Amino acid sequence: MTPVPAHADLTHLKADFPILDRISHSKRLVYLDSAATAQKPTAVIEAMNRYYREYNASVHRGVYEMAEEATAAMEGARARIARFIGAAEARECIFTRNATEAVNLVAHAWGRSTLSAGDAVVLTQMEHHANIVPWHMLAAERGIEIRWIPVSSEGVLDISGLDRLLDGARLLGVTAMSNVLGTIVDVRPLADAAHAAGALVLVDGAQSVPHLPTDVQAMGADFFVFSGHKMLGPTGIGVLWARAELLEAMPPFLGGGSMITDVRLDGFTPMEIPWKFEAGTPAIAEAIGLGAAVEYLEAVGMESVRAHEVALTRYALAMLADRFGDRLEIFGPTDALARGSVLSFQLGGIHAHDISQVLDQEGVCVRAGHHCAKPLMRILGVPATARASFYVYNDEADVDALADALEAAEKFFG
Amino acid sequence: MSGLEDLYREIILDHYRAPRNRGELPVPPAHKTEGFNPLCGDEVVLYVELDDDGAVRDIRTAGHGCSISQASTSMMSAAVKGKSRAEVDTTIRAFKALMSIHEARLVPEGSSGDSDTDEGSAAEVNLGDLEALQGVVKFPVRIKCATLAWNTLQQALAP
Ligand SMILES: Cc1ncc(COP(=O)(O)O)c(C=O)c1O
Repeated sequence: MTPVPAHADLTHLKADFPILDRISHSKRLVYLDSAATAQKPTAVIEAMNRYYREYNASVHRGVYEMAEEATAAMEGARARIARFIGAAEARECIFTRNATEAVNLVAHAWGRSTLSAGDAVVLTQMEHHANIVPWHMLAAERGIEIRWIPVSSEGVLDISGLDRLLDGARLLGVTAMSNVLGTIVDVRPLADAAHAAGALVLVDGAQSVPHLPTDVQAMGADFFVFSGHKMLGPTGIGVLWARAELLEAMPPFLGGGSMITDVRLDGFTPMEIPWKFEAGTPAIAEAIGLGAAVEYLEAVGMESVRAHEVALTRYALAMLADRFGDRLEIFGPTDALARGSVLSFQLGGIHAHDISQVLDQEGVCVRAGHHCAKPLMRILGVPATARASFYVYNDEADVDALADALEAAEKFFG
Repeated sequence: MSGLEDLYREIILDHYRAPRNRGELPVPPAHKTEGFNPLCGDEVVLYVELDDDGAVRDIRTAGHGCSISQASTSMMSAAVKGKSRAEVDTTIRAFKALMSIHEARLVPEGSSGDSDTDEGSAAEVNLGDLEALQGVVKFPVRIKCATLAWNTLQQALAP
């Protein structure tokens, strides 16, 4: 685990997020749903606006000045993003719509060309539906077997049976941070075990990349996916990273323009990576926006982001326990160093929908439901939880507002 | 919290805290029907025992969900218990009309000619306590919570 600096005061960052000036139900907006999607700093919004106002043109085609500027901006974003996650080369980063599409790309292009009946894919029981359903679909089509690494009652992976589960497996799919429990997974030992068993490793970084320093090579990943919108970037852009030789060996995903070097009446020749996997006109403004988000996070420093969130999570865990005692049940690890800044909870017998409805009246945005992780919810034995999640722009006043609103909910339903 | 009081009327909270007709009935003669809201995981289980002529002789409810879905289930059970099939059908239609006010407003003018007559007759039905659920239409995401029990009842009554 990365050492955490003792202190990181990020309160000045709030001013970078114009939406936080918004009033909601006559109250100050308290946005605690960043695990679903993050708010955007002015720098990201302006980077996208600047593209549309000043150099909107298609990429990789035109020879005129604007087209070259657009291409340079998009490829510059790719290079910055690649450095940010510790990739060896920019061409190992494929732009997708989001993390979900990136997993589907792997399941289609790698899975369909590699896996056949009887092959096993090992997943964990705390995966998001994005890293479950594509494999279910492949299982239905190809007859592959899916095996599950269980989750303990403390909300961490139970790897006692790992070697047996990995025996004969072709792929291990694992989230680096649970979007329900906040649990941080130490991927490296799992990846080593998978590689020893001859399996490749796909890591879902949708929750980890926004909140933790990332090094895809050091963690031992073969495939790594994440979404731009959870890390201060726009929607509609995500990334698949994979080692170059893997990508080169894989057949294309979608076919069309931009992904070919030649098309004949009897066939086609695909482009080199990364463009081989980027059919059609890409999300240019979004890629540029994600590049700007990465630039913003780099300026803050991912160690500082992590330190800020550890401090805030620690404050929240202590303060909520103090004010609500046993009435409030928080799922997942109790040590702020073992978890991200995602708090899923139940308050008394009040249903998560009712909690979030009352909180909404107080200007406090939290998520209620199964968080696209129904297998995990079944293990936790709850149909739904409320979930508060913090990011760089949240502070202790936001956590206090959450507690006040929860008290209002208790009064209402008490 | 004025908005909230529209949604969580006292009668609704009363049904939520003290749900009517909770429990199970032996199957058969009763039928068991389950309904799910896939978005939020709410679940309604109905045990419905019908007379030969289709009247609802008895009904029990189980499952779990938010206050709106639980209260609506309780109120529905009280509203249809002991009622003839025709009365039950009228109540279902009237309740659905109550819940669709919001959607009806979204439909472009002139495109809802047929349903006008339906709503007209439905509006004449006295829904009693059920009208307390009308506040739900101001909170569109919660309409599904209120209609879950009713959709499940329709499933239970389907031939
Ligand atoms: C852990 C995890 N994986 C995958 C996803 C899917 O992200 P997206 O919906 O942006 O594809 C999410 C987001 O909800 C997530 O939290």
